[in-house]
Amino acid sequence: MFEALTEKLQRTFKSLRGEGKLSEEHVNQALSQIRLALLEGDVHFKVVQQLTENIRGRALGQEVLLSLSPDQQVLKIVRDELVGLLGGRVAPLQFSKKPPTLIFLTGLQGSGKTTTTGKLGKWLAKSGHRPVGVSTDVRRPAAREQLAQIARAVGLPVVEKASDDPLELLKAARREAELLAYDVVLVDTQGRLHIDDELMGELEAMKKAFQPVETLFVADAMTGQDAVKSAGTFHERLGLTGVILTKMDGDARGGAALSIRWVTGRPIKFIGTGEKYDALEPFHPDRIVSRILGMGDVLSLIEKAEETVDRAQAEELEEKLRRAEFTLEDFRDQLRQLKKMGPLEQVLEMIPGVAPEVRGQPVNEGRLVQLEAIINSMTPKERRRPDILDGRRRKRIARGSGTTVQEVNQLLRQFAEMRRMMKAMKGGQGDALRKLAARFGGRTKLPM
Amino acid sequence: MADTETHPKHSWWGRLQQAVSRTREQFVERVDDVLRGRKEIAPELFAQLEAALLGADLGVETTTEVLGRLRERCDRHELTDPAALRGALRQELAALLRSTPNHQPTIGEAGKPHVVFLVGVNGTGKTTTIAKLAHRWQSEGRRVILCAADTFRAAAGEQLEIWADRLNAELLRQEPGADPAAVVFDAVSAARARGADAVLVDTAGRLHTKSNLMAELEKMKRTAGKLVPGAPQEILLVLDATTGQNGLAQARQFTQSVGVTGIVLTKLDGTAKGGIVIAIARTLGLPIRYLGVGEQLDDLLDFDPEAYVASLFE
Repeated sequence: MFEALTEKLQRTFKSLRGEGKLSEEHVNQALSQIRLALLEGDVHFKVVQQLTENIRGRALGQEVLLSLSPDQQVLKIVRDELVGLLGGRVAPLQFSKKPPTLIFLTGLQGSGKTTTTGKLGKWLAKSGHRPVGVSTDVRRPAAREQLAQIARAVGLPVVEKASDDPLELLKAARREAELLAYDVVLVDTQGRLHIDDELMGELEAMKKAFQPVETLFVADAMTGQDAVKSAGTFHERLGLTGVILTKMDGDARGGAALSIRWVTGRPIKFIGTGEKYDALEPFHPDRIVSRILGMGDVLSLIEKAEETVDRAQAEELEEKLRRAEFTLEDFRDQLRQLKKMGPLEQVLEMIPGVAPEVRGQPVNEGRLVQLEAIINSMTPKERRRPDILDGRRRKRIARGSGTTVQEVNQLLRQFAEMRRMMKAMKGGQGDALRKLAARFGGRTKLPM
Repeated sequence: MADTETHPKHSWWGRLQQAVSRTREQFVERVDDVLRGRKEIAPELFAQLEAALLGADLGVETTTEVLGRLRERCDRHELTDPAALRGALRQELAALLRSTPNHQPTIGEAGKPHVVFLVGVNGTGKTTTIAKLAHRWQSEGRRVILCAADTFRAAAGEQLEIWADRLNAELLRQEPGADPAAVVFDAVSAARARGADAVLVDTAGRLHTKSNLMAELEKMKRTAGKLVPGAPQEILLVLDATTGQNGLAQARQFTQSVGVTGIVLTKLDGTAKGGIVIAIARTLGLPIRYLGVGEQLDDLLDFDPEAYVASLFE
C-alpha cells in the first residue's frame, strides 16, 4: 500500500540532522518520493516532470531552517509549487453585465454534467440568483428527463421544448430567461468524446451563436493520464473558462486537477462532494494539494472543526481539563461535536497520518450512537460522579440504553482512560478531537 | 439516437483495431520513437518506455515491475537489441493479462436464469453496457429480462426503459426510491416464471468508499441467491477507460464486498488507454470480459488479452 508521503520524507531526512544545507543527494531522494506520490495521485507524467524540476531548483542549496525540519521544509516547497500551479485563489463564477448569463456545462460522458447542473442551480439560487436550466442532450436516452427530475428536486425551473436541435433549445431557453427575468441560464450539454469531430463542432457552433460567459469543463476526479488530452482538446476547440471536478467524495487523489490546470490554464471553480444536491463547494487550491500528495486535508479539517465546535464550550472544556473535572457529560458533548463534523469516514479522510488502508474503510458510527445512549440513560448525578455506579445502577443503565452491562463497563473504562489521557495532554481542542476520532474510529494509527 | 442502432458488421478484429488505433498511435509511436535507430539499449530508453507505460495509466508499481524484468534480461544479455525490447515488453504485458482465470461463465451453465449484476462507480456506462449485452444475447436467441435496480439516480429507470423498448426486451422496474433488492426479487422471479435465460441487473452507480451503499449491493446479491442458487452467476465491474489509479481501489473494494467476476472496460473509443486493467489483472487477478468501443448497440467486444496487447503494438 501507498505510504504517506510525509512519513517517507521524514525517513529520507532523518540522516540530515546537523547539516547546514539541503544536499543534492537528500533532495534527489526526496524528489523521487514526491514523483511517486504525484504519479500515484494521477498527475500527468509530463506535469510531474516539470513540477519536480521546479521543486529541485527551489530546494537545492536551501539553508536548513531552524523553525522547520528538512522534511517540512521540502514539503512546504512542494506545497507552494502545487498551489502556485493551481492558481492559488478561489476562482468565482463570472456573470454577464447584461443578463442572462449563459453557463455551458461540457465534458465527456458520465463525468456528472446533469447532476452538476442541478447542484449549480441550487447553489446559484442560494446565492441570490434566478437560474433556469436547459438540457441540450438530445441523444442519451432519458437525459432530458433526468435533468427535469433533478431540477424538480432542487426547485430549478427548466425550459423544455419538443425539439431535437440544441440551437433551438438554447434559443427557447434564452427567450424564456429574458421574458421571465431569469439572470442565469444553465446549459446541460450532451457528453461527448473530445475526438468526436462532429459533436465537438456542434458545441463550437453553440458557443459561437450564444456566447456563453462561462464554458465549464466537468471532469471526473478519478480521471487518469487522459485528462490532459480530453481537457486540452475541449479547451482548444471551445476556449474553456473553468473546470468543475466531480466525485471528490471518493478516495481518488484527484491529480487530474493539476493536469487539467496545466494543460488549460483555467481555474477549477467547484468540486462535487456527494450525491446530495447541495454537495457542491467552491474549490480551494491549497486544500486539494495535500490530498493529491496523500497527506490528508489538514486545512479542511481545521475549518470543519472550527465550524462545528462551539468556541465557548471549547474554552470551558479546556478549563475543566486543567482542573481535571472532565465528566461523562463533557464526554457526551465531545461525542456530539464529533458527530456534527459529518460522517466520520469523511473526517478520518482529512486527518493526516491516518493510514491509507484505514481511509475509506467503514467506521463504526453505531458505536458512537450507543455511547451516547448509555450516557443518556444515566442520571445527572451519575454523569458527574461515575464512581457511584455500582452493579445495580449499571444494570439499569444497560436496560435503559438497550445495551449490555459489558458495554456499559467498557464505556466507563474508556472514559477513565480518556480522563487520564486528557490530564496528560497539554494540547487544545483540535488534539482532543483527533484523539477522540482515533479512539472511536477504532483502527486509526495516528502519529502521536 | 439515430435509427441506425447497429452498423454493418466489420470483423471484430477490425473494430478493435479501429477502437484502439488512437491509443496505439500514441503509445506505439512513443515506443517506436524510443526504439528506432538505436543499436544499444541505453538507460534513457528505459526512461522513455517508463513514460509510455505511465502515460497509459498502468501505474507506478506495474510499470516498475514490468520494466524491472526487462532490465534484468538486459543485464543478463538476453536482450541486447533495442528492437527485441518491444516484443519483450509485449510479452510481459500479455503475460500479466493472461495470468487471470481463463474460465468465463456462460449462460445456462450454472442455473437458470443466468443473473448478471453490473456494478461500478457513477458514470462509467453501466446502463449502456446492459443494453449492449442484452442486444448481444438476444441476437444469440436468448430471452433476456432487464432489471432496473437503480432506483436512486434521477431518470435511471426511464433510461433503461427506452433501451428495453428499442430492444423489445421485458423490463422490471419499480417506483424511484424503491428497495433495489425488491426489484431484483421481482425480476429474477419473473425470469423464472417465464423461463427467461438471463437477467441483466442495472445497479445504481456508487462510490466504492460508501459502505452503506456497498451493503445494499450485498443485500441484492443475497436476494438473487435465495431465488436461484448460485445467482448472480456474474458480477461485472464496469470501469471507465479514462480512470486512473483509483480504478484499482474500485476493483479491490467491489471485489471485497460482492465478489466481482470480471471487468467491462468502457469508452475505449476515446484516447484513454485503460492501462489500469493491467494493474488490476496483476494485483487482483480479475479478468477483463468485454470492451465498450462506441455508442452503437454492437460496440461491445469480447476481450482477448493477446489481441488487446497485440493491437497496441501492431
